[in-house]
Amino acid sequence: MSGFQIVVLWSDVLVWLLLAAGIGLAVLIARNPPLLAAWRRVGSNRIGMASATILLAFIAVGLLDSLHYRVALDGKPGEKTQYAIEVLSALDALVGPLRTENEKTYSAPFASQLYAKETFDRPGVGTVREFPRLKYGASHLQDPAALTGDVAVTALRAGGLALFGWLLLASVVALRCGGWRAVWRGDTAFAWNAVLATLALIVLTLVPLFALAGDYHVFGTDKVGQDVLYQILKSVRTALIIGLVTTLVMLPVAVLLGIVAGYFRGWVDDLIQYLYTVLNSIPGVLLIAAAVLMMQVVIDSHPEWFATAAERADLRLLALCFILGITSWTGLCRLLRGETLKLRELEYIQAAQAFGVSSWRIILRHILPNLMHIVIIALVMDFSGLVLAEAVLSYVGIGVDPTMTSFGTMINNARMELGREPVVWWSLTAAFAAMFILVLAANLFADAVRDAFDPRAA
Amino acid sequence: MLAYILRRLLYAIPILIGVNLITFALFFIVNTPDDMARMQLGIKRVTPEAIEKWKAERGYDKPLFVNAAAGGLGSVTDTIFFEKSARMFVGDFGRAEDGRDIAREIGTRMGPSLAIALPTFILGLFVTVSLALTLAFFRATAFDLWGVVLCVAMMSISGLFYIIGGQYLIAKMWRLVPISGFGDGLDAWRFLILPVVIGVISGIGSSTRWYRTIFLEEVSKDYVRTARAKGLPETVVFFRHILRNALIPILTGVVVVIPLLFMGSLLTESFFGIPGLGSYTIDAIQAQDFAVVRSMVFIGSVLYIVGLILTDISYTLVDPRIRFS
Repeated sequence: MSGFQIVVLWSDVLVWLLLAAGIGLAVLIARNPPLLAAWRRVGSNRIGMASATILLAFIAVGLLDSLHYRVALDGKPGEKTQYAIEVLSALDALVGPLRTENEKTYSAPFASQLYAKETFDRPGVGTVREFPRLKYGASHLQDPAALTGDVAVTALRAGGLALFGWLLLASVVALRCGGWRAVWRGDTAFAWNAVLATLALIVLTLVPLFALAGDYHVFGTDKVGQDVLYQILKSVRTALIIGLVTTLVMLPVAVLLGIVAGYFRGWVDDLIQYLYTVLNSIPGVLLIAAAVLMMQVVIDSHPEWFATAAERADLRLLALCFILGITSWTGLCRLLRGETLKLRELEYIQAAQAFGVSSWRIILRHILPNLMHIVIIALVMDFSGLVLAEAVLSYVGIGVDPTMTSFGTMINNARMELGREPVVWWSLTAAFAAMFILVLAANLFADAVRDAFDPRAA
Repeated sequence: MLAYILRRLLYAIPILIGVNLITFALFFIVNTPDDMARMQLGIKRVTPEAIEKWKAERGYDKPLFVNAAAGGLGSVTDTIFFEKSARMFVGDFGRAEDGRDIAREIGTRMGPSLAIALPTFILGLFVTVSLALTLAFFRATAFDLWGVVLCVAMMSISGLFYIIGGQYLIAKMWRLVPISGFGDGLDAWRFLILPVVIGVISGIGSSTRWYRTIFLEEVSKDYVRTARAKGLPETVVFFRHILRNALIPILTGVVVVIPLLFMGSLLTESFFGIPGLGSYTIDAIQAQDFAVVRSMVFIGSVLYIVGLILTDISYTLVDPRIRFS
């Protein structure tokens, strides 16, 4: 294996920053008893923990896909090494064959033949039109009729392995938490039974799936013959970035302006209220459309900024996050302003003011911690909406770069396929299903968090 | 009352000016007209003369704010800001890339948009409120629990799926209605029925859940307990007391979107080929027709602000506790 050069895209920086912030927050929570108690309530919520397990699986894929590098090209010794123009990620390296084993065009899931007929010259028979065998999918089989048996055997073998691994993990948990019965019945403080059940579901589907993915295209291939499973995996990172980085971008602005407006009141309040009323008055999609159009002009007129296509797509993704952030901070800002207005009249704040504590210190020490639950709820609630919005925006043509894989671009490329005969259903189904699982998990987790932090709203 | 409405209207003016300034900054200061010309003309045909011609044709060759050369009143009016932005206040939106008058185009496209959006809105409201009321009636039962789970599942499905799936199933597989298109007059109903049904279904999840929360909040209030203590049957308590009181918070969320119904829906209209304002906007976005997008942003904001004012007024009408302070 030749050398490689690490590439750090801007979005990678933000992703890892986000991870660091998450870990920092966890440390902070562990030291703060009331917050810890609230998170314990989340931890005892079965649906919440089951969805958190699924979300963690998605996040793991997203993180793996955020370590980028460029492979060194084979050159003559002594020359300066050249690096490939293509930016790969750790995920690409792990799923290697999925990325490279491309067919000519569509092929159904687990197919051994191509979707379209081709003309062959058979000696003695003449020209015939028939479905050619796939270059990679099921190519290890001599006889396509053995396909079902081979799939079943591989799946069973991998499933057995997965079951063994899961049992090992489950027994570790059972040993530490007072036996199988306690875990099974849910007598543990943390909802281990939900986590373990979800984990079983995940490993029992994913391990056989990936075991099969080596020999087959388990979700089929798309128009240019790319594996759909690979595209789904790549889409996860885009969805996570849109859902999380956007909130990260808008959070400081919303928190700062909301608190300042509520705390200082007067002309500051008027100004901030005016600002968010104006932004709020422009219908979201239209503002995003206008901003994205303008961003496209900027990007197109400065091609010299980007060394690779990946960098351009990446910057466009980040710009989209910024634009979505700018259009979506107003709701949170209004909420925080209202809550600050209430808090500042409370006795402990008045006492602090009477002691001569400076305004910024009061905001930082006494108001901000009491608003954290609103911020956290907003963060998790916004996520699912943003993931769904990405698909719509990409369809309209104002989403991520067309070269970047995302659920939106997948759906957009595949939406005409239902009109074909026979129907090409697999790309659309896979994209919608993956998006549904991600968004459903996020929604359920958001509900659990909201119930734990704000029992009134349940 | 009149003074109240008037004050609300006056308050809208600075907001509209703000919107106007933001769109102007977005379209003319972030990118210069030269950049836009280059983008529109494409890389190959760009020459300084072509750019100048493109700008002159659209009136983008003037200074942004102050035209010193024109002198007198012309130094303010003969500028891009006045011609392109300030004139929107009097309904002059200029011309689209294809040379048509945008204001007239909007006028003709409003009808089809409304023909889809209005039935979707009314039917959707009726369906979701009824469903939410049913869930609240059976609160804390298995029916309620699974109803909420279904709502969460339905709101986790992408809007694109409802449209693509519905089109495939109803129009292509079962061939009940045409896949897309639009007809004039009464004949249009065959084209309208599918987008309306899909629009209603795709909205069920989130709205039902939201209204259910509102109903449940009312259920736990004191007056409900009093009504029950009087011996009223549960149905009377629900329809006479809870429904009426819960309509107030529901109304605030609903009235604000009524004026925006004129704008239609981007996705629905483009998938079903309906010649409304939504598809107009999408076409403009895809063709990078900046003048049309700019106009739609402005109109959208005007309609939203009208919605806010209507909300305030309807609030005072429905809830006698609120005074026009």
